[in-house]
Amino acid sequence: MDITRLTAIELGKKIKSKEVGVVEAIKASLEKIEKYEQEFNCYVTIDKEGALKRGEEIQKLIDEGTLDSPLAGVPVAIKDNICTKGLRTTCSSKILSNFKPTYNAEAVINLEKAGAVIIGKTNMDEFAMGSTTETSAFGETKNPWNKEHVPGGSSGGSCAAVALEECFYALGSDTGGSIRQPSSFCGVVGIKPTYGTVSRYGLIAYGSSLDQIGPIARSVEDCANILEIISSFDVKDSTSIKREEYDFTSALVDDVKGMKIGIPTDYFKEGIDEEVKKAILKAAKTLEEKGAIVEEFELGLVDYAIYAYYVIASAEASSNLARFDGVKYGYRTKDYENLNDMYKRTRSEGFGTEVKRRIMLGSFVLSSGYYDAYYLKALKVKALIKEEFNKAFKKYDVILGPVAPTTAPKLGESLSDPIKMYLGDIYTVSINLAGLPAISVPCGIDSKGLPIGLQLIGDCFKEKNIIRAAYAYEKTRPYIRPTINI
Amino acid sequence: MSQVISDELMEYIANLAKLELSEKEKEQAKKDMERMLSYIDKLNELDTEGIEPLSHIFSVNNVFREDVVTNGDDSENILSNAPERKDEAFKVPKTVE
Repeated sequence: MDITRLTAIELGKKIKSKEVGVVEAIKASLEKIEKYEQEFNCYVTIDKEGALKRGEEIQKLIDEGTLDSPLAGVPVAIKDNICTKGLRTTCSSKILSNFKPTYNAEAVINLEKAGAVIIGKTNMDEFAMGSTTETSAFGETKNPWNKEHVPGGSSGGSCAAVALEECFYALGSDTGGSIRQPSSFCGVVGIKPTYGTVSRYGLIAYGSSLDQIGPIARSVEDCANILEIISSFDVKDSTSIKREEYDFTSALVDDVKGMKIGIPTDYFKEGIDEEVKKAILKAAKTLEEKGAIVEEFELGLVDYAIYAYYVIASAEASSNLARFDGVKYGYRTKDYENLNDMYKRTRSEGFGTEVKRRIMLGSFVLSSGYYDAYYLKALKVKALIKEEFNKAFKKYDVILGPVAPTTAPKLGESLSDPIKMYLGDIYTVSINLAGLPAISVPCGIDSKGLPIGLQLIGDCFKEKNIIRAAYAYEKTRPYIRPTINI
Repeated sequence: MSQVISDELMEYIANLAKLELSEKEKEQAKKDMERMLSYIDKLNELDTEGIEPLSHIFSVNNVFREDVVTNGDDSENILSNAPERKDEAFKVPKTVE
């Protein structure tokens, strides 16, 4: 038996029944990493020693019967913008290349309480700004299905590591699609929860009003279980929400009878690849055959979300990234004349092109004289977008559509034209603007052999609806793993 | 009508952003920003008269809690991340003449 092929929940069960040892599972993951890392570059840091040591401790707790979580002992990879105590956390940026957090993110604390074993930190677009994982200062990650293609981004390292079975599941973060889009491009499952569900404490901020941590795994069942573990009300995050319930796993029911699903016709107008469109509509048909009530509707404002998003996200980024100044942590330039000069040179040398581009745009839209015309305008459009979704969720339990207009582009194709790259986020950014939960679940393979992702969107706090729909859909098709050529 | 970015404006923004761009980077950044802003102008097609700007999805109030210390003294670990330190402090270039 190849242990690494198990889902996280399957492995958890085998660990519990003593069929597989925790250290044995960690070693299996490390072997896979050894085999694939040079080719695919999913990780920035691999914590071999730490993981093995922790594995022994966890095994002891399981044997004593003091650890009873479904994921106890299961190896996990963490996106490199989520703080892990004593374990280097870089945001895939030169400016944080030597940063060791002194504390764990709340989501990591929750995982560790449940007995998770962190195996490493995954590659990403620098500061989560990008859709390809090519803006990393530590080199690009490659798509497990085809090495000439990008894994998507910004959580590209997490999604590729899950697809390559270099870990059993991973955490990612999603500001404008950064969990869902790489999940789609790598053929795995990813959830962006309702804003405020998972604490942002210890998540290095990009766009604070949009950022959410979420799970990435090879099954809907895994994702629901992980989400249940990492979600919590946290006083350390002032936007954390005290939810009425944190149960997501009871939605793992293979039944969508009577569920009302809406498909926005605006999603299929132009720019969408024919094969993607076909796969999405086929998935809708499948859910209809299982008893869901599926109909088309006009969502509205679909084309505007992307511009509102880039104004808001860049504005917040310009403010959030002001803290990287070469004083308290990270990189500092070697030569400087005075404090101001030190700040400028440190930041200019430490940040990559895409990060600088967004900091500049953000500084502009927030600057005196332009604030009303750009930033305030974007916030008003955000209000209109939220209203469109409110109207839609009066009629539907779930909104169904694609995650991205195409499958994974080739390496090097996207960065030359940033606007084109931004337009690829058309189906994902509005969900962050409206604070909604959404899941990406594999629904097909195109003629190039690349996976296609189905996006199911729910109303705020209605994760259960999308988990149920995704679970029922997933039951109709087997999990397809990439054939890996190295 | 789309926004034209003058060299002075570019300089001003770079200063706000605390970035020092080379001439080449400046040219590129100017082009990128003008192009991006010309797309963003699409937002002006929408009538937002009377719409309240939405900064938070859920109504947020000030969140108060007692100011109780729950973490221990971690200064050594924190300082160990500093590019330069002197004893128990972060070291920065001279700021006052």
